[in-house]
Amino acid sequence: MLSDDDVREILRLIDDSQLDELRIETAGLSLHVVRGGAPAAIESQPPPAPAATPAGAHTIGAPMLGTFYRAEAPGAPPFVEVGARVEPDTIVCLIEVMKMMNAVPAGVAGTIAEVCAENAELVEYGQPLFRVAAA
Amino acid sequence: MAPLSRVFIANRGEIAVRVVRACRTLGIECVVGASEADLDGLAAQLADRAICIGPPPAAESYLRADTIVAAALGTGCDALHPGYGFLSESPLLAASAAEHGLVFVGPPVEAIELAGDKLRAREAAAAAGLPVLAGGELETLAQARAFAARTGYPLVLKAAGGGGGRGIKQITAAEELDGAFALAAAEAQAAFGDARLYGERFISPARHVEVQVAAGADGAAIHLGERDCSVQRRYQKLIEESPAPALPEGTTEALRAAAVAMAHAIGYRNLGTVEFVVDPASGEFFFLEVNCRIQVEHPVTEAVTGLDLVAMQLRIAAGEPLPLAQEDVVLEGHAIEARLTAEDAAAGFRPSPGRLSRFEAPAFDGLRVDTHCSAGTTIPPYYDSLMAKLIAHARDRETATALLIDALDALIVEGVETNRAVLRDILAHEDFANAAVSTGWLEELVAA
Repeated sequence: MLSDDDVREILRLIDDSQLDELRIETAGLSLHVVRGGAPAAIESQPPPAPAATPAGAHTIGAPMLGTFYRAEAPGAPPFVEVGARVEPDTIVCLIEVMKMMNAVPAGVAGTIAEVCAENAELVEYGQPLFRVAAA
Repeated sequence: MAPLSRVFIANRGEIAVRVVRACRTLGIECVVGASEADLDGLAAQLADRAICIGPPPAAESYLRADTIVAAALGTGCDALHPGYGFLSESPLLAASAAEHGLVFVGPPVEAIELAGDKLRAREAAAAAGLPVLAGGELETLAQARAFAARTGYPLVLKAAGGGGGRGIKQITAAEELDGAFALAAAEAQAAFGDARLYGERFISPARHVEVQVAAGADGAAIHLGERDCSVQRRYQKLIEESPAPALPEGTTEALRAAAVAMAHAIGYRNLGTVEFVVDPASGEFFFLEVNCRIQVEHPVTEAVTGLDLVAMQLRIAAGEPLPLAQEDVVLEGHAIEARLTAEDAAAGFRPSPGRLSRFEAPAFDGLRVDTHCSAGTTIPPYYDSLMAKLIAHARDRETATALLIDALDALIVEGVETNRAVLRDILAHEDFANAAVSTGWLEELVAA
């Protein structure tokens, strides 16, 4: 499995390259990245999970009203992308309230399945930010 | 200054609904900042937009100045109306709003700071020539004892950071003073972050009379009559009326003039209230405090003046002068308001939160009902328990009283306990009919 750092590293490499599109397929991983318009997508193929794993999903809601930031600074890679594996204490985004940056942990373990809010937009308390597929 | 285009309403319940309606009247868009508990409330439904500012506890939602300003900015508002209670008299919110280019619908920060420091406000009132009660700051127990020796008992200890009926201790005898002084200082520190106390002579029996003032963006100030709010329990008002009934000759005019003088003296802008304690026998009166917000009881003033005070707040905030001169203020008839709360009066006024299975207010001529309640509304346990204000306006006090009693009788409320029976008993009492009610009257009645 790819770690968060691996994903960031891949995205950084692509950013620095002349490529407009990249597709990597290996056993257990399918990565498709398009520069510009379309959002980057990293799809992990479901691991050969134990038979009884429920397909649970969890929503990470905004713990406060504020401006939603997916990365530490403008231009920096996002904390998480779809497909990223998170632990309860993994920081998934920042919420800014009047210049105060509040780091938001995932709160659960799993894989980011969806990013629900737009970067740099106002989010209200409780608004879904990410959906996390159960580990 | 340009007219306001979108107002952020940082409040809940009936006053948030009231501000939404004023915005509608003026053709201004509005956004309601609601806690999670109020997201499906009437104000949120009526507003152009509602945004969730936090979880139900007020400390994490309605009392978060940073969140409120961020929400107002993020929703494209150009003004912020704080309502009453919560942060309505917070210099921090007013300053933060101004700093970020939001028009704060209220007086300037300096006026809020002055009025919020009850000791400084008292000094400013004295300097402006208003009568203040014998008293002053008490820094030590020795000073408190000396003050008590001069004025005698009863006296009151008040927190400089208090106000609105909070942070007040009545001392009736010398043996209570030492313990009460230490306790009052500790409570003041805990509640207001300011341990300063001041002492005042206690007038008993006394009436609570307050004058509504309005000051335009240019500083011109007028009064809009007064309200008598003597029916109180633990310094919280239950019934208010305008005009104040049966004051000694000349007292009404003197109160109104004093309030306007105070507004001028402290550079007041927008709507405010100057509160006084009045000795009903002599007509002697003393300054209590200035309230820098729209008051819960503002509808009685609206009824007798025919003015929309919340719309006036918004217009003054947008930079307009007063819409009328003092001589154009005409007071007609008599208005009485009753505050219906979800409190179980039989159980010591214990709050009675819950879901309303029915709520139907009558539609009588001369009756106005300000409420956020209807069948299905939940009265959450997190906030004050005000459900509705019933305001009766008629040609005279007796007729208004009868109308309000009829309205309380006709009101249908199911699902929570209310204080309706107490309101009715007060209005039907001969002391109320005779305007012989002082601020201690209700507690004596309830205790009897």
